[in-house]
Amino acid sequence: MTFTTRQAAARDVVPVPGAVGAGEGAPGALLTVRGLRVAYGGREVVHGIDLDVRPGEVVALVGESGSGKSTTAHALVGLLPDGGHVTGGEVRLTDTGHERAVSLTALLPDAWRRVRGVRIGLVPQDPGAGLDPVVRVGEQVAEALVVHGTPRRDARRRAVEILGAVGLDHPELRARQYPHQLSGGMRQRVLVGIATACEPRLVIADEPTSALDVTVQRRVLDLLADLTSRTGTAVLLITHDLAVAAHRADRVVVLKDGRVVEEGPARQVLGAPAHPYTRELVAAVPGRATSAAATNSVPSAAVLPDAAAAPALLEARGLVKEFRLGRGRRLRAVDDVSFTVPRGSAYALVGESGSGKSTTARLVLGLERPDAGSVRLDGAPVADDRATRRRTQLVHQDPYSSLDPRFTVSAVVQEPLRAHRVGDRAERRDRVAHLLEQVHLSPDLAGRRPAELSGGQRQRVAIARALALDPELLVLDEPTSALDVSVQARVLELLDRLRAERGLTYLFVSHDLAVVRQVADHVGVLSAGRLVETGPVGRVFDHPAHPYTADLIAAIPGAARRPDRKDHP
Amino acid sequence: MTALRPPVRPAGRLAALARPATLVAALAVAVVLLWALAPGLFTGHDPVTGVPAERLQAPGAAHWFGTDHLGRDLYARTVHGTSLSVRAALLAIAVALVAGSAVGLVAGFTGGPVDEALMRGTDVLLAIPGLLLSLAVVTALGFGTVKVAIAVGVASVATFARVMRTQVLRVRHATYVEAARLAGAGRAAVLLRHVLPNAAGPVLALAAVELGAVILAVSALSFLGYGATPPTPEWGSLVAEGRDYLAVAWWYSTLPGLVVAVFVLAVGVLGRALAREGRTDR
Amino acid sequence: MAAYVLRRVGGAVGVLWAAFTVSYLILYLLPSDPVAIMLDQGAGGERVDPARVAELRERYGFDQGPVQQYLTLLGRALTGDLGTSISSGAPVAGLIADALPQTAQLAGLALVLGLAGGTAIAGLASWTRAAWLRDLLLLLPPLGVAVPGFWVGLVLLHLFSFTWFVFPAVGNEGFSALVLPAVTLAVGLSAVVAQVLAQGLREAWRAPYVEVAFAKGAGRGRVLAAHVARNGSLPTVTVLGVLVGNLLGGTVVVETVFSRQGFGRLVENAVTTQDIPVVQGLVVVAAAVFVTTSLLADLAHPLLDPRVTTARGAR
Repeated sequence: MTFTTRQAAARDVVPVPGAVGAGEGAPGALLTVRGLRVAYGGREVVHGIDLDVRPGEVVALVGESGSGKSTTAHALVGLLPDGGHVTGGEVRLTDTGHERAVSLTALLPDAWRRVRGVRIGLVPQDPGAGLDPVVRVGEQVAEALVVHGTPRRDARRRAVEILGAVGLDHPELRARQYPHQLSGGMRQRVLVGIATACEPRLVIADEPTSALDVTVQRRVLDLLADLTSRTGTAVLLITHDLAVAAHRADRVVVLKDGRVVEEGPARQVLGAPAHPYTRELVAAVPGRATSAAATNSVPSAAVLPDAAAAPALLEARGLVKEFRLGRGRRLRAVDDVSFTVPRGSAYALVGESGSGKSTTARLVLGLERPDAGSVRLDGAPVADDRATRRRTQLVHQDPYSSLDPRFTVSAVVQEPLRAHRVGDRAERRDRVAHLLEQVHLSPDLAGRRPAELSGGQRQRVAIARALALDPELLVLDEPTSALDVSVQARVLELLDRLRAERGLTYLFVSHDLAVVRQVADHVGVLSAGRLVETGPVGRVFDHPAHPYTADLIAAIPGAARRPDRKDHP
Repeated sequence: MTALRPPVRPAGRLAALARPATLVAALAVAVVLLWALAPGLFTGHDPVTGVPAERLQAPGAAHWFGTDHLGRDLYARTVHGTSLSVRAALLAIAVALVAGSAVGLVAGFTGGPVDEALMRGTDVLLAIPGLLLSLAVVTALGFGTVKVAIAVGVASVATFARVMRTQVLRVRHATYVEAARLAGAGRAAVLLRHVLPNAAGPVLALAAVELGAVILAVSALSFLGYGATPPTPEWGSLVAEGRDYLAVAWWYSTLPGLVVAVFVLAVGVLGRALAREGRTDR
Repeated sequence: MAAYVLRRVGGAVGVLWAAFTVSYLILYLLPSDPVAIMLDQGAGGERVDPARVAELRERYGFDQGPVQQYLTLLGRALTGDLGTSISSGAPVAGLIADALPQTAQLAGLALVLGLAGGTAIAGLASWTRAAWLRDLLLLLPPLGVAVPGFWVGLVLLHLFSFTWFVFPAVGNEGFSALVLPAVTLAVGLSAVVAQVLAQGLREAWRAPYVEVAFAKGAGRGRVLAAHVARNGSLPTVTVLGVLVGNLLGGTVVVETVFSRQGFGRLVENAVTTQDIPVVQGLVVVAAAVFVTTSLLADLAHPLLDPRVTTARGAR
C-alpha cells in the first residue's frame, strides 16, 4: 500500500491505481465514499470527503470535536439528526457476490431498512442511552433479527446466544433484565451484539468507548475486534483518540474542519505524519512524550526534585471516608490512604471512576472531613477555613460548569481577591491583567462572559482564578479531560511552566495514565478506595508492582510497552 | 467527545412565523395594558350608565362590541373592566411569586428536615385542585376582587415554591458555587452573588407563563360571581351577565370572552418566548 | 414491589390527612368568626337567637379551642361524618354522594374525549413528516389552554343549542345533555395532554436508542410502536392525577354554565352561601379523587417503566 496525502474535495485524485472510473469505488472496496458533503440547514460541515473501506479492514476516522467525523458516520447510515442533509457526493456499498451494489445516497426509507443492520451495523457513542430503558435487553437484541424477518421465537433464542457471545455472564438471565441493571461496559457489549447480530459486512463504531473507563474500554474494543475479525467484517472506527486509532486500525483517515487532511496505513500516518495538522495532533497525544520528552523537554522535568531531599508540603495520613448508602449500608470511598507530596513536585492520583480519587482530593482541600486520618499542609492541619483557602486551590474538571455564567472573566478572577479583601479596586484590576497574561490570555477577554470563550480559554480562566491568591498547593481535578487533545497539550504545557516558574506543588487527579506520565513526578494508584501502589512515575509505569496497576497500564491504548496479551472475560 | 448536535435548528414553514407571532403578541399585550392604564383614551362611552333605547344592539360602527340589556356599550365595559382584571392577575402573581420564592429559597438553601416539611406542604397544596383551593380561600375571606386575587395567588404558591427550590438546588450544587466557596466567599456572598441571580431567571419566566393561567382563574371566579359587585365591569362578570341573553345577543358573552382568550394567548406566547430567551442565556 | 405499593398507599393516606388539615386551617381558622359567617348566610340576614349561636359553637367545637376542635372534626371525618350543611341542614356526606354520580359521568366522558383528542394531536404531530402539518397541529394546544372554559361553554351553547338546536341547553337528562359540557371540559384537558405528550414524544424521538433501533433496520412505524410511544407517554402518566383533579375543578364552571346538578354545582352553591362544612367536605373529596388517581398512575408506572421499582439495589 502506498501512502498518500490527499487534499479535500480533490475528487479526481484517486489513491489506488487502476480505479475503474468516476463514481466507481476502488476495486475490492466494500464502502466507497466520494465527495460527501453534509450540511445542517444552510451551513456545510462536511466538505467533500473521500473514503474507502475494504472488506475485513479496520479504518479509523480521527479528528477533534467539530471535525465532522461523527456527522460523516451518521450520514453513511442515513441517520443524520434533524436538519442534517447530504448535499453532495456519493456513498456506495459494493457488490459482494450475493448482495447487490447499492448507492446509499439515493436510498428511499424502505430500501434503507434492508441495508441497516444487515449490511451495515452501528455501535453508538453513549452506552448509557443507546438502549431503550423500558424494554428488556434480550428483546432489544432480538429486535435486530425480528425486523429482518426472523421469527420472534428463534430471534429470542439467538439473542441469548449473542449475549453469551459478547461476554455477558448468565445470558439467559441478562436477557430478561433491563438496561439500568447492567453496567456501562455490559451495555456497550449488548450494543456491539446488536450491531453484529445479522453479521453485516461493515460495522460503523462511533466513539464506542469514550464514555467508559480505560480497562473496560480495552475489553470492549477487544470484543469488537474479535467479533468482526471472526466474520471478516470491516470496521469504520470513529474516534478522537489517536492512541486507540494507532492500536486498533489498519488505516487512518484524519479529518479537520470537515475535510480529509491525511490518510494511509496507521503506522505511517501516526508514525511519520506528513500533514502539519496530523503532526500537531500526534505531538499532542499525552504520553507519547516518553520518547519525545528529550527533545521537547520542559524545565520542571529537568529539575525534578528529589523526593527524599525536598521537604514535604502535603502529608496525608491514614485517610478514611465513608458514605451512607441508606439502610445501614456504607460505602468506604477512601480506605486508609497515606501519601506525601514534596514541595515543588507533582503527585498524581490515578484510578478509574469510583476509585475514590476525587474524594481524596476533596479531603486534601478540606472540603470534606475525613472519618479518620489527617491531612497536614506544612505541618498544619487543613480545614474548610480561609487560611487553608489561601494556601490550596482547586482547578475543576469541567471548565464549562466551574465559571458562573453571569460573571465576566475579570469578575471570576477577582472573586478570590475580593473575598480575601486583597488590594483596592485598581490593584485588583492590575492583578487580573497580570494573571491573565500569565495564563496566556489576551487582556481583551477580561470583559467577556464564559459563554463567549472556548473550552481551553475557560480552563485558563479557572487556572488564573486558582492562582489569584498565590497558593502553594494546586489540586487539579482532571483538568484536561473535557478538552480536545491539541488544547489539552497546551494547557498541560502551561501547567508545567507555571509550576517551574512559581514553585507550585501539584496534586493531580486523573484517570488518564498517559497524561499522568507526562506531568507527574510521583504517582499513587487508587483502586476501590485503597492506595494499591505509589512511587516515582517511571518506576510505577515501567515496573508495576501491583497487578491492578499492570492492568491499568496495559489498558492505555497504544501504550509503548503494552504487554501483548488479550484476556477475554 | 463529539456529541452530534445540529448547529442550526430545523425551521418548519410555520415555525418561521415564530418571531412575527411574538411581535403580534407583544402588541396585543401592550394594547390591553394601555386599556388598563388609560381606558378613557380608547372609548368615549360610559361603561356604567347605558342608553335604554339602545339596548341589545348588535356590534356595529357605533358600538364595536354591541350593547347589553341596559344599553351600555360592551366595548367600553370591556376596556374599563381591564384595569380591575389585570390588576387582580398581577396581585395574584405577586402573592404566588413572593410567597412561593420565599418557601422555595428557604427549603432549597436550608435542606434537611425544614426542606422535607416545606415540600410535603407543597405536595398537599398541589393535591387540591387549584380552583377548589381558591374557592376555599374565597369562602373564608369573603367576596371581592382583591380577595379573589389573593385566593388565586395562594393556589399557585406551591408551583413557584417547587421551581424556586429546584433552581436553588441546581445552582447550589453547581461547580461554580463550589469554586466561589473555595475562593473564600462567605455564605451570604454566595447566596446573593451566585445563587439568587442564577436561580431567578427560570422563576421569573414561570411568572410570565403562569400569568395566563392566573388571568383565567381570576376571570373564572369573577364569572362565578365572587369578584366585583354588579355595576363595576370586570372581564369574567361581563361574560356571566351575557349568559341570560345568549339566545338573543350572541355578542354579549362572546366578545368580552374573546378578549380574555386573545390576551391569555398573547401572554402565553410572550411568556414562552421569554422563557426560551432565558434558557439560551446560559 | 410490595414495599413500593405500601410506600405509595401510605403516602396517599398522608396527603389526604394533610388536605383535611389544610382545609381546616383555611376554613375554620382564617375567618375571624366562622360561626358568624355561617349564621349570616344560613339565616339570610335576619338576627338570630343566641341559643342557635351556642348550639352551633358546640356542634363545631368552637368552645373547645382549635386543637380540640380539629381533633373532634377529624375524628368525625374518620367515621365518614363530614358534618351538616348550614344552609340545608342535610349531612354533607350525603349531599356529596348524591352529586358525585352525575359529575363522574361528565368527568369520565370529558377524560375520554380529552385523552383521545390530546393523543390524536400529539401522536399525529409526532408521526407526520410534513412540517407544515406538525406546526399547524402544535398551534392547537396553546390555543386550547388560553380559552376560558366558561366562554367555550357559552359559545358551544350558543351554536349547538340556540342556533342549530342539536343539543339541549340545560339539564341532566340523557346522554345528549352530557355532550356539550363534556366537550367544554375536554378542550382544556386535551390541550394539556397534547402539550405534555408532544414534548415527551419529541424527546423520545431524539433519544439515542431510537437511532440504534433505526440502525437495526427497523422502520418508522416499528420504532414508534416499540420504543417512542412507551417512553414518550411516561410524563403524561405522571401528570394524570393533576389532570383529573383539574377536571373536577373545571366542573364548577361547566356545571354552572350548563345548569347541571353535580359536584361542581354543589361547590358553587356552598361557596356562594359560605357553607363552610360543605366546602371542606368537597375539598377533601376532591383531594381524595386526586390522590386515588395519582395512586393508580403511580402503581401503573412500574409496569411502563421498570426503573421505578428496581432502580435501587440492583446493578
